[in-house]
Amino acid sequence: MKNLGTIGFSEEQVELMDVATSFCRDKSPMEKVRALMEDARGYDPDIWQEIADLGWLAIAVPEQHEGVGLSLAEVVPIMEQMGRHLLAGPFMATTLAAQALVAGGSETQKSAWLPQIASGTIATLALTEKEGDWNFNNVTAKAEASGGGYALSGTKQFVTYAEDTKLIIASVMLDSAVRLVLIERSTIADGALRREAIIDETKRSFELTLDGISVDAGAVMDADMSKAALAHVDLAANLLQSAEMCGGTQAVIDYTLDYLRTRKQFGKVIGEYQALKHPITDAYVAYEKARSHMFSAAHSFADQGRGEVATRMAKAAADKAYSHAADRAIQFHGGFGFTHDCDAQLYRRNAIWNASQFGDAAWQRMKLADLLF
Amino acid sequence: MAIAGVAKPTEAELKEYSAEAQAWFKENTVRDPGFMLPLTFMEVSTDQQFDFLREWQCKVYEAGYLGASWPKKYGGGGLHPDYQRAATRAMKDHDAPIMINAIGIGWAGPLLLDIGSEEQKQKYIKGMLNAEDIWCQGFSEPEHGSDLGNAQLKAVRDGDEYVLNGSKIWTSLGDRAKYMILLARTSNNEGDSKYAGLSFFLNPMNVPGIETRPIKKLTGEYGFVQCFFTDARIPAEGLMGGEGDGWKIAMKTLEYERGAKVNLAGGYFLKELDVMGIVDVARRSLRGGRPVLDDPVMRDQLVEYMIDIQAQNLNNYRRRMPPLVQDRPMGLPLMSKLARTEMIRELTEFSLQFQGAKAGYYVGDNNAVDDGYWHRAYLNSFSATIGGGTSQVQKNIVAEHVLGLPKGR
Repeated sequence: MKNLGTIGFSEEQVELMDVATSFCRDKSPMEKVRALMEDARGYDPDIWQEIADLGWLAIAVPEQHEGVGLSLAEVVPIMEQMGRHLLAGPFMATTLAAQALVAGGSETQKSAWLPQIASGTIATLALTEKEGDWNFNNVTAKAEASGGGYALSGTKQFVTYAEDTKLIIASVMLDSAVRLVLIERSTIADGALRREAIIDETKRSFELTLDGISVDAGAVMDADMSKAALAHVDLAANLLQSAEMCGGTQAVIDYTLDYLRTRKQFGKVIGEYQALKHPITDAYVAYEKARSHMFSAAHSFADQGRGEVATRMAKAAADKAYSHAADRAIQFHGGFGFTHDCDAQLYRRNAIWNASQFGDAAWQRMKLADLLF
Repeated sequence: MAIAGVAKPTEAELKEYSAEAQAWFKENTVRDPGFMLPLTFMEVSTDQQFDFLREWQCKVYEAGYLGASWPKKYGGGGLHPDYQRAATRAMKDHDAPIMINAIGIGWAGPLLLDIGSEEQKQKYIKGMLNAEDIWCQGFSEPEHGSDLGNAQLKAVRDGDEYVLNGSKIWTSLGDRAKYMILLARTSNNEGDSKYAGLSFFLNPMNVPGIETRPIKKLTGEYGFVQCFFTDARIPAEGLMGGEGDGWKIAMKTLEYERGAKVNLAGGYFLKELDVMGIVDVARRSLRGGRPVLDDPVMRDQLVEYMIDIQAQNLNNYRRRMPPLVQDRPMGLPLMSKLARTEMIRELTEFSLQFQGAKAGYYVGDNNAVDDGYWHRAYLNSFSATIGGGTSQVQKNIVAEHVLGLPKGR
């Protein structure tokens, strides 16, 4: 079979893994996660600032735009630890918006935005519409020439952290081609954003009504570049999600193991029962497989052909492992598992959220079939 | 690993040797002898297969491509292990048949080279390499399949002999072997751990009181026997180490088998299942008049397996990358048998679904897809999900040693 990913790691990746492991553990204990779920903003701006100060938003931004000039492979271990500790914030959104600019932006657009993003300015993507289609080439929102610029119309959904961003990159149709357009948050009227009720209470997401928003001519990306950027962002998102999901899988397995080791029923620690012991082992085996795929995707991401196969395999494996592990976690906690207080539901909801964005396991497998056979 | 007095070859020397080995295997490898060749040493069923594989191993040895790095004075080639590695690679490259004397050259031989007496090395090593003396392994017992430490076959010292009573099972080549490596109980003192009473023997098979009975496998073929020991008397010099060292030594042989400690004789005893061959079967098979590969459901399933196969391959690389296994370093090694064997069982079972009505054929019918390769592979796959500790025991091992769950059933 052709185009299979390989596995390896960089020194920077390992260093970042170490730093991110302790940072996310310290900054995002479960009490904090739960407190932020009740908070309107949904994340702690001081921690966001710390993340910016650590330079994590600059990692995959090229050096000429004041980034570090590494790759998404080095962002993966950070995302994994954020997923493990459900660390809330617009890190993925901002990283993906930066990647859209890197892959499709003009020099002017890149110089205007990448240095800002690298130092902590929040940005996000607006790609999804009401059909919920994972094929991001199916777009109905529009840009029409108006004055010297463009008038936008249509509705975008799942625009994460839109409220706090400075930049939203949306997909629209212009002259029957999909284009990415840069919208400054300051040009968006208050009523145009509606907070969505989403499955994952640790995240924030908004519906964005484009009607009434106009942008100037320089805000639109070239058609070919838009296409390339969309393809790149699709894969980048799946790569980072596979990392977030692997982290979550590890956490939900550990959380369940703690319970299995301490909870007693019928005079025994329940972890002695093979009816619980074997399925949690199955979940763990699936997790390790998913994690190998994650490292392979990170390592192979930049390789033409290989990168896509490895990334889609990673997302498919992570979705399968996470969904199953978190589902069983609820069940294995018994009555407590049915309560909002039990953390198992946080992970289950996080898994559903990640599966719902940029394609679930079955979608990835469908794409893979075309790539492999 | 470096061996005293054996020089590491230069790149040029190795290249030349490698080219010779490649040429030799190209010329001498028989792909289709006119009957089905076993994929593993556990599947040798007929005299025809046995004779062929024994001759093949002898031929490879005589050409210098087996035991190339074992000491010359015992029959080896006396070369650096890099040479043997090159020869084994040539075997693989030409998809050459397996080496039949697996227990001899893979288990007993390395053990003797490691802790055997000079006399034992002189006596046994060469016959292992040229397949003159076939070896088998007597660890499992009928009442203690997965619980190896609980072996009950009794060995009682009587002068310069031991008297054996009991039974061993799942002995590959047991009816054809000249020697067996045997785990037997020399004491069951109360208070000792069950492992403390075990001893390890080199056991000659051709003595009165040892009888074998072939076990017909679920495939309809043979390959394993049950061995019955009834007052069988064997020379006491066959005891390896001291009485009570059996468990330790048995564990050592497992390490050799994994290639961890010593340089191996070379060759391989199992052929990997051609997992990618399944895509080809799917391409060739029709379902409702269309290739299976065009059926969305089958396609999806097949991709799931491809993802799983790739995960196994990646796991094998990742386990040797310490920074990528920091959290649970023993996880990947301890789950590897479980994950791999279960995957192969599921995959081969799945391959039957491609075949439509033809899945009803079996080995021996000309209409069978790939001569029944997939049916046989599926049924034989259970040997790996059961043998060497069942998958269920493997799950306990992972749960207890990696995940820290309590023992208890």
